[in-house]
Order: sequence, then structure tokens, then C-alpha cells
Amino acid sequence: MKNEVYIKIDNLTKTFGPVVANNNVCLEVKKGEIHALLGENGSGKSTLMNMLSGIYTPDSGSIYIKGKQVTFKTPKDSMAMGIGMIHQHFKLVEVLSAKDNIIAGQKESFFIGNKQLSQKIKNISEKYGLAVDINKKVYNMSVGEKQTVEILKVIYRGAEILILDEPTAVLTPQETEGLFNILKKMKQSGCSVIIITHKLNEVMEISDRITVLRKGETVGTVNKEDTSAAELTNLMVGKAVDLSINRVENNNNKTILDIKNLTVVDEENVKALDAISFSLSTGEILGVAGVAGSGQKELCEAIAGLYPIASGSIEYKGENIVGKNPRDIIKMGISMSFIPEDRLGMGLVASMGMVDNLILKEYQNQKGVFIEKKTARNLAEKLINKLEISTPGINHPVRQLSGGNIQKVLLGREIESNPDLLITAYPVRGLDINASYTIYDLLNEQKEKGVGILYIGEDLDVLIELCDKIMVVCNGRITGIAEASKITKEQLGLMMAGEHMEKVMGVGM
Amino acid sequence: MFRIIKRTDLTKKQSVIFRIIAIFGALVATSIFIMLIGFNPIDVYVSMLDGSFGSTYRFKEAIIQAIPLIITSLGISVAFRMKFWNIGAEGQIIMGAFAASYFALYHSNIPTGLLLLLMFVSAAITGGIWALIPAYFKAKFGTNETLFTLMMNYIAQKFLMYLQYGPWKDPNALGAGKIALFSDNASLPKVFGIHIGWIAAIVLVILMHIFINKTKRGYEIQVIGESENTARYAGMNVKKIILSSILLSGALCGMVGMFQVSGVNHTLSYQVANGVGFTAIITTWLAGLSAPVIVVACFLFAVLQQGGTYIQTAFNIHSSVAQILQGMILFFVLGSEFFIQYKLVRNRSTEHKIGKEAA
Repeated sequence: MKNEVYIKIDNLTKTFGPVVANNNVCLEVKKGEIHALLGENGSGKSTLMNMLSGIYTPDSGSIYIKGKQVTFKTPKDSMAMGIGMIHQHFKLVEVLSAKDNIIAGQKESFFIGNKQLSQKIKNISEKYGLAVDINKKVYNMSVGEKQTVEILKVIYRGAEILILDEPTAVLTPQETEGLFNILKKMKQSGCSVIIITHKLNEVMEISDRITVLRKGETVGTVNKEDTSAAELTNLMVGKAVDLSINRVENNNNKTILDIKNLTVVDEENVKALDAISFSLSTGEILGVAGVAGSGQKELCEAIAGLYPIASGSIEYKGENIVGKNPRDIIKMGISMSFIPEDRLGMGLVASMGMVDNLILKEYQNQKGVFIEKKTARNLAEKLINKLEISTPGINHPVRQLSGGNIQKVLLGREIESNPDLLITAYPVRGLDINASYTIYDLLNEQKEKGVGILYIGEDLDVLIELCDKIMVVCNGRITGIAEASKITKEQLGLMMAGEHMEKVMGVGM
Repeated sequence: MFRIIKRTDLTKKQSVIFRIIAIFGALVATSIFIMLIGFNPIDVYVSMLDGSFGSTYRFKEAIIQAIPLIITSLGISVAFRMKFWNIGAEGQIIMGAFAASYFALYHSNIPTGLLLLLMFVSAAITGGIWALIPAYFKAKFGTNETLFTLMMNYIAQKFLMYLQYGPWKDPNALGAGKIALFSDNASLPKVFGIHIGWIAAIVLVILMHIFINKTKRGYEIQVIGESENTARYAGMNVKKIILSSILLSGALCGMVGMFQVSGVNHTLSYQVANGVGFTAIITTWLAGLSAPVIVVACFLFAVLQQGGTYIQTAFNIHSSVAQILQGMILFFVLGSEFFIQYKLVRNRSTEHKIGKEAA
């Protein structure tokens, strides 16, 4: 019975205040298929899956599991129907072992039958190829291992339908490969898998059928064989988009930033950056690739004067800036726009409007006690026109703007300060395709003007297309700095996992 | 049945209406209590108003109650804007009163103008330092300012008690634990029959409004209150700004101590603050930290206090009824915050909808 329908979602609607996150969404998942849910950020993928896993209750519409209509009040109800969700941010207890995490919250009997349990987990591991040491503590695990534990956990609890929310966002290409093998094995044994993603190449690689969401509505479901990446993009965005990024040439290169043996130590006395050295020229975009938490944040903050430096030097235009305070560093023309995970943590003041945010760095140059906002008001109007920022007004709290507009405000302010060195971290995180390309264009414009740009990125395809050079970091060390035009994603992936460039290039070519 | 939805569409005017409804709700709820103890709530409310507005004298008394509340609330609002939970206003008032009294009692030969100025400045500085101590420890060692400022209140109060019954005891008071009355040149002058603290309060409210909204430091305080990381990123010296603003917060509270001893009591007692430092936390919060609204909230509370005293004589009801009303207002207004930020929407039933479609 290959064509048995496991899940049928019928006209689900969910609103959050005035925002309609899902509007009459329909979806059908068959037994033994990998079904990709594709859509830009904010298209309602996560909302839909959260309803399926009992975290949200739909406003209207119905869900059928194996032909039976169900109402989920809590995630437990959904679990009982065999649905297991793997969230983007893992829900594991760090201090416990893998095994403890797997059995946590399960009411079977009062005593934990240790041997039987280990055997049961082992059986599952072997069946699906989920290799993990179940006695290892979660905090000692890599991201890939944590994900494996999550999958083990839901299968152990009886899941036949697995939902994965952007599972590859934090994985290296090699880890992704491993995950896909697991998913294929699950499919063969009759489980259904729903994978939420916005990476087209992955969709084409792994899925059987694809459902595309746009602005909370179902655009359509297609078979992989009958479609192409280009068609999917059109479905996602609603119009044809040129997917290539121009690499602007700028030959006016002088070294602007020269970092030597920079070491910083975090609160737990671990070296977050370990003797790293690199240099950056004017008119150059240097990309930084690495698994999240490999020292990118510390590098940005160290250059901006926000992170204490243990040893080493940061030479900017020939002058060592180690020990200078953030104020002086801003004055020297170094500008940092760091987009943290919550986007508003650093760089913008959430409850303030555009005007008050635009004066954040500039106000200290004003004379006198009082603050002058007229220039900032004009600048706000100018940025709204130039970057097509949509906001109800220049004093409307930036918190209420969409992610893309927030990022435009931040990057717009940094660029308007005419920096010589621009540090930008994850500037397109959470942005839709169109907004991302606006940001790439802005960066290229700066590059043409001779600004040196340090670009901390996530998407390896983008790094390869946009940057001149790519520096790969792993555990606070540099594993290599490569010409972007001469390296492949797979090689970058190996370097992200800790292999040195010499070795990787030798193997890869 | 119902689900909670965040509102984004409420105008300023509507949210003010919500709060007014809340105050009205508090009056109704307290009425039930007043009826239960056997009085007509309308009569009681009317006479409470009568107690504050019934005569020029009563109105002046209400103003005199409002002055310390307003200035203390301003001081607290500066700290609260930076999410520095200064609940030590009581102690800061006491220490301000102590410093002012020192000059009033032991340097009373100084000419009036100079003496008052000395009292004022010393009160502000002492109050400021009293607040700065916990701020310094927070900046340096990360201590909890809520507990620290609270404990500083008790130190201040017990210190004054010691003075009152010990070294500063008036030898002419026949053994009673009292501090001597101030001489006349240590008394604040009066304008329209009320000590000039009311003019100071008005000026300070205006200055504070300008300070927060129009100056660089005011802007910095707002940014720090939102996110210290952002402030550091923008190159602000966060510790310096916090310390100096807490000094200001404490100084404002210290001034209150001076106004109370010099303008109202003409002597010092360990009860000089009389809970103002705590009531002001409530009024500051009710006013949403905004200086002009603080005036309204404080005056409302002063009227309640004044009215409470009045009904005690008029109806022989204990003044705690007025405190119940204060508590109710706080409860309802804070409760209304929920409805200002969220609304309840009835869930459409899933089955119902399907049924309709099938039909």
C-alpha cells in the first residue's frame, strides 16, 4: 500500500492577531514518502507544522491522520498519533546523556529497565543507521549528533511521521549527507517524512513530492520528477528571479585590516579565537564560513572593541586598535552590523523608531547637551525611498517591522556612516529572496567604493558567488583561506568540520 | 473557548480610556466593600473628595501630600528607565532629611538663604550617595540592586532612630525621644500658603521631561534601558551613565527629605519618609515612567490619602478604606495593561465549520 495517505490537512487557518499565518492551507502526505514543504521565511511553513504537532491549535479547518479526523490539544496528542517533530532549535537537556533525553517524560513503568531500554534504542539505531553513543552527555555533542539524538527520541516514542524544521541549517554538507541517508532509510521502512526548508538543491535531492507555500497559502504540490529548481523558485516567489549574484571586480587593493595571532578567551576560559591571522584589503569582500558558534561572533566583537582580547594584534590602516574603546573604533571608520539570532539584540533599539535608531552612533558627535534629530529624520526618509523600506512611519517602533525591513534599517545606517571597513554578520538571515538580493547589491556597491568588507555568512552558495576570498573557521581556528572562485562547497564543508585546506584541496582535486 | 491575541492597533487615546475604565472599576469594587461594612459608598466617596477639595486648607494639605510623591517618583523613574530597580527611595529620602537637618540643627546661625541652599545641596548629595552605593556594587560585582537598595532603607531608618533617641535627642523634651524643632531661618518660605516645594516639583517635572526626551543623556538612558548590549555597541560608557543617573535618582529623593523636614515637619524623625518611597514606586509605575503623567498619578494618590484621613473623622471609618481603594486602583490599572496589550477572541469551532461546509 504505497499510496496510503498518512496525513491530510484540509483548509487549515491560523491567525496571530492581525497576521494571517496560514490561510486555508491543504497538504497531503503519503506513506513512505519524503515530502518537502518549501517556502520563503514567513510563508507559514513552521506555523503549519506546529499545528500538526499540537503546539498551536488551528482557528479552523481539520487534520486527518490515516483517514481519521483528529484534534490536537497538546503535543502529546500529536505524539500519540505517531507524529514526531524535530525543531530547528533542539529541545534537549544539555546536562543529560542521550539515553536520558530519549526516555525523559515517558510514563511506562516506575523503574527504568536499563538493559531492555538500551537494547530497544540500539535496535532503532541499527534499523535506521542512527549512529550515536547513547551514554554521551548532550553538551559534549556536535550539532549533527544532537540532531541524531532528536530523531532517535521521536522514533523511540513511536513516531511514524517525522517532521523536520530546517534540519540542515546548522549542518555541514557532510552531516547533511548523513542526515539524508537516515531519512531515506526511514522512507524505505514505511515512515513518512516532512522536511521544511528553503534550500532548493536539497529539495531536489531528497524529496519525492514538494508542496510550496507562499504568504500563508498553498501554491501547489508537484512531483520532483516533473519540476525544476527554477520552477520551484517561481512558485515560491511568485515571479521569475535571477538567481546569480554578480561578483564586482575592484582592483584598487590596499591592506586595510591586518590581524595577527588574535586570541580571545570566553567566560568559561575557553579560547573562542585561537591565534588567528588574516588580512583584508580595500575593495575586497572576505567571507567567513563556519558552523554556528565557531568564533564568528567573537571575531566581529573583537574588531569592534566589544570583546576583551587576550593576545595578538588588530592593525587597522597600520595602527593597532587593540585596547581602544568602541567609541574610538567607530570614529576611525570601522562599522559593524551584527545581526544576532533575534536580530534586535545588538545594533538596534527595538522599541524606538527609525529616527531614534539612526542617531544611535551619530549622536555623540553632536555638540551640546541636547540631541538634534532633524538630520536623522531626513536620512530616515531618504533610506525609506532608497532601500524601499516599508514602515508605517519614521517613528514607528522597528520591532514591529518585518525582518527584511529591520535589516535594511541596520545596514542602511551603517552604510550611511561611510565606513572604510564594514563588518557584517548574517545580513540576509531570515530574509526572502528579493530582500537578500537587495542586500547583496548594497554590499557590492560598497565594495566598488573601496570599502573592505568582512562578510560572515551561512549559505555556502552565496559565499562562493559573492566573496573574493573565503576564510573557514572551526572551533576558533582558521582551517584555511581560499579564493572563492577556486573552491567547492564540499571542500568548504570539510574545512568547516576541521580539515585543513592543504589536505582538502589535495583530496578534492 | 477563548484565545489570547496580541493587539497592535490600539491608539494612545484608546489606551487612556482603558485606564480610566479601570479606575472606575476599582471604585465599583471598593463600593461593594464599603456597603458590606454598612455605609453608603457614594457618601463615602463624596466626603473623600470633600476631604481634599472641600476647603482651601484641605486642598493645600492634598498638595503638600503630593509634592514628595511627585519628586520621589521622578527620581525613581530615572532608575526604572534603565531597568535599575531602585526601591531604596525611602532610605534616600531619610538620608537627605538627615543631611539637611544637620545644618538646620547645628548651623542655624547661618543666614536663611545660604542655610536653605546648604540644606538642599547636602540633602541631594547625601541621597545621591545613598543610591550610588548599591549602584557601584552592581556595576563592580553584579550584586542585586533590588535587595541592596531595600536593605539600605533599613540602615537609614535605624540610623535615624539611633540619632533620635541618642546623640540628637532634644535635652528640653523631658526625656521623650524627640529631635528639637528647627529655628525659623531653616524653614522653607511659603508661596500661596504652601512651602515652595510645589514650585520645585513643577520645575523638576518639566526639566525631567526635557531631560529624558531632548537630551543626549536622556537618549542614552532610554537605549540602556532597552539593551545594554546595544548601548555598548554604540560606544556608550554604560557603567558611567548608569552610575551618574542613579546618582541623579537618589539626589531627587534626597531633596524630598529636605522639603519634608524644612517645609512640613520643621524637625527630623525616623518616620520622616512615611512610606513615600514605596508609594512612589506605585505611582511611578502607574504613570508609565512619564514625568507629566506622574503629576496626575501622584495627585490622585494624595487625594486618596487626604480623603482617607477625612472619612476617619466624618464616618468613623478607619483610613485603611482609602488604602483598600488605592490597592484596588493599582490592581485594576495593572490588570487593564493586559487588555491594552491583548484581546480575547472566541474560538471558531472546527466541527461547526465542517458541518456548514457539508450542508
